[in-house]
Amino acid sequence: MTELAGGKWDAIVVGAGHNGLVCAALLAQAGKSVLVLEAEQQVGGAAVTRELTEGFSVSPCAHLLYQLQPEVCKELKVSPTLACEDLATIALSRQGNHVRIAGNAVTGVTGADAEQFRRFRKRSLRFARLLRGVLNRAPPRLGTSDWRDVLSLARMGFDIRRLGRDEMREFLRIIGMNIHDEVTERFANPLLRGAICLDAVLGTHLGPRSPNTMFTYLYRLAGDGGRNAVPRGGMGMVSAVLAQAARSAGAEIMTATPVRQIVVENGRVTGVETEAGELFSSYTVISNADPKRTVMRLVGARHFETGFIKRVHHLRSHGNAAKLHLALDGLPHVDGLAFKDFGERLLIAGDEHYVERAFNPAKYFEFSTAPVIEVTFPSIHDESLAPPGKHVMSAVVQYAPFALKDGWTEASRQRFLDIAMTTIAEYLPGLEQQVIASELLTPADIETQFHINGGHWHHGELALDQFLFVRPVSGAAQYALPLDGLFLCGAGAHPGGGVSGAPGRNAARTILKRERVR
Amino acid sequence: MEKIVVRDGKAQGVALENGEELSGRLIVSAMDVKRTFLQCLDRNDVPDSFYRRVQNFKIRGSSGKLNIALDGLPTFPALPEGSSLMHSDMHFIDSMERMERAYDDWKAGTWSQDPYVDMVIPTLNDPTMAPPGKHFMSVFVQYCPHEIDGRRWTTEEKDAFGTTVLDQIANYSPDFRDLILHVEVRTPQDIEDEIGITEGNIFHGELTMDQLLFNRPVPGYAQYRTPIEALYMCGSSTHPGGGVMAAPGANAAREILADLKRPNTVPENFGDD
Repeated sequence: MTELAGGKWDAIVVGAGHNGLVCAALLAQAGKSVLVLEAEQQVGGAAVTRELTEGFSVSPCAHLLYQLQPEVCKELKVSPTLACEDLATIALSRQGNHVRIAGNAVTGVTGADAEQFRRFRKRSLRFARLLRGVLNRAPPRLGTSDWRDVLSLARMGFDIRRLGRDEMREFLRIIGMNIHDEVTERFANPLLRGAICLDAVLGTHLGPRSPNTMFTYLYRLAGDGGRNAVPRGGMGMVSAVLAQAARSAGAEIMTATPVRQIVVENGRVTGVETEAGELFSSYTVISNADPKRTVMRLVGARHFETGFIKRVHHLRSHGNAAKLHLALDGLPHVDGLAFKDFGERLLIAGDEHYVERAFNPAKYFEFSTAPVIEVTFPSIHDESLAPPGKHVMSAVVQYAPFALKDGWTEASRQRFLDIAMTTIAEYLPGLEQQVIASELLTPADIETQFHINGGHWHHGELALDQFLFVRPVSGAAQYALPLDGLFLCGAGAHPGGGVSGAPGRNAARTILKRERVR
Repeated sequence: MEKIVVRDGKAQGVALENGEELSGRLIVSAMDVKRTFLQCLDRNDVPDSFYRRVQNFKIRGSSGKLNIALDGLPTFPALPEGSSLMHSDMHFIDSMERMERAYDDWKAGTWSQDPYVDMVIPTLNDPTMAPPGKHFMSVFVQYCPHEIDGRRWTTEEKDAFGTTVLDQIANYSPDFRDLILHVEVRTPQDIEDEIGITEGNIFHGELTMDQLLFNRPVPGYAQYRTPIEALYMCGSSTHPGGGVMAAPGANAAREILADLKRPNTVPENFGDD
C-alpha cells in the first residue's frame, strides 16, 4: 500500500450520481485529472432511466426535474432536452372537482382562494429566491474570524434585511412554521390545502404539522421557481449529458466499478480500493455517496473522532417515499380530466388532515393505509418511453418507512402495492385494468439499488437543524470532512437533494479554492 | 369587564358588565391577545392586518385537568412503600410512542385514549390543603382538545374523558379508585369559560418559533404596545410567554414606564403591518 504515495489522479470521485458528475466535470475543466468510479453499469445514481418491461422505460428514482441550477448548465455548457418545461399540478378529487394549479393561478376554487393563492405564491417565490441565493454557495463557518465566513454571513443577513421591514418580519415568522398552520390560515379549499402540504412533505419524514415544513416547501420552490419539468428520455438523459460534459473536459468515468473502501494512510486519504481489489491513488477523494455510507462504510469510523461519528450516526436519514411504476395498455376516462391532463402532475392528498393521517403510521414504522401520491405519466410528453398508444406511470407513494417494523418482505411490499393501487383507482378509476406490468420500490429497495442509506432522497432529512452550517453535521458543512483529502459532493452536503447539481458544483468550487489558498 | 373603551384611537377606560365605566390614563391588558382584541375591542379599533394577525395567532387548548379529593393516600406498587418519590411530580410514561399516539388523538379532534399525566399529591408536602388523613391529587392531562370535532363538549364526553384519566391512574394504583371522594374534571373549554383564557391554553398561545421573541404576539408589536394609543399588553401572549414567571408583566411595566417618562414615544401609525 505504501506505493500509493505520490497520487496519480488529482481527484477521485466515488459515485457517478448527477452531483458526482457535475463535480468531476468542473474539476476537469479546471485542468485536474479526475477519475469517477461508479458501482452500477450506467452513470446517474438516482437520476437514471431504465426499462420497466419490454418497450417501456421509466425514471425509477428521481422523476421530475425542478431544481437543476442554471449555473451548472452554464458552466458545463449543457442543456438537457425537456419533453415538457413546466407541468401544471392537479389535485385530484374523487367527485371530479379537480383543483388545477399552474404557476400563480389556481382554478377550481373560489375567487377568494385564487387571490389568496396568488399572493401566497408570490410571497413564497420571493422567499424561495432568498433561499436560492444560498443554494449555490458553500455555507459560511460559524465562529471563525475568516473574512470570507464573516462576509458570507453578513450577506445572508443583508439579503434578509433587503426584503424590507414587513417582508423580513414575515420571513422570520414563517421560516420555522409548519405548513399545516400556514394553509389553514389561508385557504378554504381542502384540495388546495392538501396539495400544498404534499409539496412540503414529499421525500421527507415529516407530516404537515411537523416543524419547519414551511421551509421544506420553500426549498422545493427555491431551485427553479417551482417549475416541474420532464426531461426527454427520462432522468438518465440528464445524467448522460452531464457525463458527456465530464468526459469532454477530460474526466475518466469507469462504470461497474464498485468501491470497497477509501484508503487512509497516516491520517490522510490516499486513494480508493475497488471491490475487485484494484487500487487508485489520489490525495483528494470526493464522495458522492451519502454521509453515513461515506464515513461509516467507505472510510470507517475508526478514522474519525468519536464526537463526529456520533453526529453522523444521529443524522436523520430515514426514507419514506416509495416509487410505483406501471406499464399501461392505455389510459382510462376519468371525470374532469382531459387526455392531456394526464400529462400534468396529479396529486392525491385530500386535505392537510389526509396528509397528516398518512404520516402518522410512519412515526411507528408502519406504512400508510391511505397514502399520499404524486402521479405522473411522462409518456404523454415523451413517446420514446412507451410503445405507440401505450403509457408509463411513475408515482411517488408516501409513507413507506425505510425501517418497517417487521422489515420489508415480499408480502409487505405486495400489501403496500395493493394499497397504492387501490388508492389510485379511487381517483383514477379504470387505470388498474390497463396495467401490463408494475413495480414498487420501497425505500429499502432504493437503498439496495441506488446505494443510498435509508433510501432518503436528500441523503439526510431536510430540516433546519440539518441545513446550511450544520449540513450534514456541524464540522463538515463546507464539503470537507474532518479527514485530510476527503470531501462530500452529494445530496447529504449543502444544500440537499433534488437533481440540482448544487452540492456537486459547490464542492468542486470549494476544492479548487482551497488549492489556491494553499 | 366587558369592553375596553377606545375613542379617537386612544384607550380611555373600560366598560363593566354592570354598565359602569372606569376611565384610566393607561389600559394594560393581562388577557390573552385574542380575548383582548377579538372580544373586548371593536373590529375597527385596530388596522385590518393587525386584526388578521391576531385571528391567526395560535392559542390551542391541549391540556385537561382533574382535581381529585381522596379519602387516603393511594399506593403505587411500582414505588417502594414510603418512597419520597410520592412527594414529587409523577408521570406514567414508558415510551415516546405512547406520547406521540396520544397527540395523534388530539389531532383527530378528540382526547387521548391513552393519555399521559403530570400528577402531584400536594397534601404530602402541605397537609393544610385537606382534612387530616385525607389527600388531594392534582392531575394535568394531555391531550385534551378545546372542542370535540369542532363543537362544544357534551356532559357525556366530559365524563368519558374523566373516566379515561381515572382508569389510567388506576392502571398504576389498584386502590386509587376506592379512595376517591370527589372528582372535578376540567376540559380546556371549562378553563376558558371559568378563567377567560382563549381555548384554556395555559401559555396564552403556542410557544412555536413563529410566535416567539419579535413575533410574539404579532410581528411589529412585540414590545407590549398595541396599535391603540395608551393600550398595552402584559399577559402570557407577550414575550417571553406562559408559565408562572411574571416576566411579561415586568417587561411590560418597564416599557410603560419608559413611555411615561418620554411622552409620545408611541409614534403615530406605529408598526402598521
